[in-house]
Formats: sequence, structure tokens, C-alpha cells
Amino acid sequence: MGEFNKFFVEGLACLGAGIGMIAGMGPGIGQGYAAGQGCAAVGRNPGARGSVMTTMLLGQAVAETTGLYSLVVAIILIFANPYTK
Amino acid sequence: MQNDLDLGINGYAHFELFGKTFWLTNTHISIIIVVAVITALAIWANRIIKKADPAKKPGKALNVIELVVDAIDGITKSNMGEKHFQGFCNYIGALMIFLVFSNTVGIFGLRPPTADYGITFGLAIITFFLIHINGFRYQKMKHLTDLFDPWPLTPINVIGEFATPVSMSLRLFGNILSGTIIMALIYGLLPKALLLFWPGVLHIYFDLFSGAIQAFVFSMLTMVFIAKNFDE
Repeated sequence: MGEFNKFFVEGLACLGAGIGMIAGMGPGIGQGYAAGQGCAAVGRNPGARGSVMTTMLLGQAVAETTGLYSLVVAIILIFANPYTK
Repeated sequence: MQNDLDLGINGYAHFELFGKTFWLTNTHISIIIVVAVITALAIWANRIIKKADPAKKPGKALNVIELVVDAIDGITKSNMGEKHFQGFCNYIGALMIFLVFSNTVGIFGLRPPTADYGITFGLAIITFFLIHINGFRYQKMKHLTDLFDPWPLTPINVIGEFATPVSMSLRLFGNILSGTIIMALIYGLLPKALLLFWPGVLHIYFDLFSGAIQAFVFSMLTMVFIAKNFDE
């Protein structure tokens, strides 16, 4: 039973990591929307290209954080799982 | 699972201190290399600047140095304002150069030092203290009373202040570590013949582009969070 439990927990942890990475969908949608709005802004006012680009990248980086949290959780589940120790 | 996968976390030497074992890992070695390279570049730049003759045309190297310093000054000025940028452009420049070097060191086969949570959390702690020391310097006690502004939200405001360094450090760490892991997977799982040309494209994205963007974003957020205390 002990042997079986370890592999069972490892497999479920990998499954959990995969399911957790569905969170990557949210930042994808958000970043795409921000990039689209940035394109529209540059099209309307090409002179402000530099500041629009900076603001867009900053906003995208902040929006990416939630996806990265799920990535960190997935990495912990796969490589440093506290339950299989 | 970790049998034939080299994620670059190897301990090379260890020593005992206060009853605990400390390991000398890839991160330490690559951060020593990065700091040595940056120090050598700084000494070289200092020599060129000292030898510069203001009456003559600047040479090639001096032009590049001036370009870098001008760019960092310009970014700092546009984010922190004309009045305050002078005191911060040194720290921001050092931070940006260190992050650019340590994020892109992956193309030389080293493990990026920023793929280690200790490094990014240390940098984020520096930012945290800079935010609050400057907050008390420019806003006096209003910086503290701002926490109780709508008083039912006090716990959320306090948590928000402490979440800043955590989210900043996790953002940098997650971005760089994900690039490292994907490169390790590519190198470990693909056949050798395919590895001759295919990973080059991925190195450009994961090491150069992503590393430079994240270095920029980290220093940008540091500037924005500090500069928000200057207003009013």
C-alpha cells in the first residue's frame, strides 16, 4: 500500500499541475486584449508609439502575474511536491 | 522523473556552518561570473571616461557608454519626474544592467541566477524598503494613515503592501524559470540531430527577448511604485 500511495500521489500531482495550468488562459485573453487596444491607440495616434508601447508592456506584465502563480504551483507540484517526500 | 533531465540545479561543493549544510550550486557560480563580468565592464568604462578629452570627438566605446547612460537617465526621468530622478538613476541603472546580464546568461549555457527565488526575492525586498522609506520621507505620517483610508479595508491595504514584493519577485522568477525548464525539456527529450539547429530560435525568445522584457518590467515597476509617493 505504501508503494502504491507514492505513485498514486505523484500521478495525481502531475494531473493537478496540468489542470492548474488552465489558468494560463486568463492572462492570454487579457494580454491579447491589451495588445489589441495598444494597436488601436497607435493607429489613432502614431506619434505616441513609444509611450503606448511602454504602458502596454507594463500592463501585460502585471496581468501575467496570475498565470505565473499557477505556473509556480504547477512547478512545485511536479518537482518539489511536499506530499511525496 | 528527474533521471535524464538536467534542470541545472547541481551542487558542486558543500560545507557545514552552524549545524546546517550549505551547498555551492550553479546559481552561485553563474552569479559570481555575472558580477565579475559587470565589474570588469565597469572598470573598463571608467578608464575610458577618465581618458576622454572633451575637446575632441568621442570614440566608439565612449559613444556606446554615453548611449547606455542616456537611455537609463531618460527612462528614469520619464517615470520619476524631473525633480527626483537624480537620486534614483544610479540604483535603477545598476538594477537594469544586472538583470539584463543575469537573465540573458542562459544563451552561454549557464543557469540564469534569477531562476533562483532567493535572488529575485532579495531584489524585491530592496524595492519594498525603497518604497516605504521614500514614502515616509516625502509624505511623512500620511503614508501611514493612507493604510486606514477607508477604514473597513485596512486589512486589505496592509496585505496589498506586503503582496507587492511577493508578486514582483514571483513574476521575475516564474518567467525566467519557465524558460529554463522549457529549454531543459527540449534538450533532454528531442533527438540529438534535431538539436543542432532548432533550439536557437527558442533561445532567442526565452533568453534574449523574455529576459530583456522582464528586466525592463522589474525596474519599471520599481520606479512606478517609488514614484507614486512623490505626488501631492
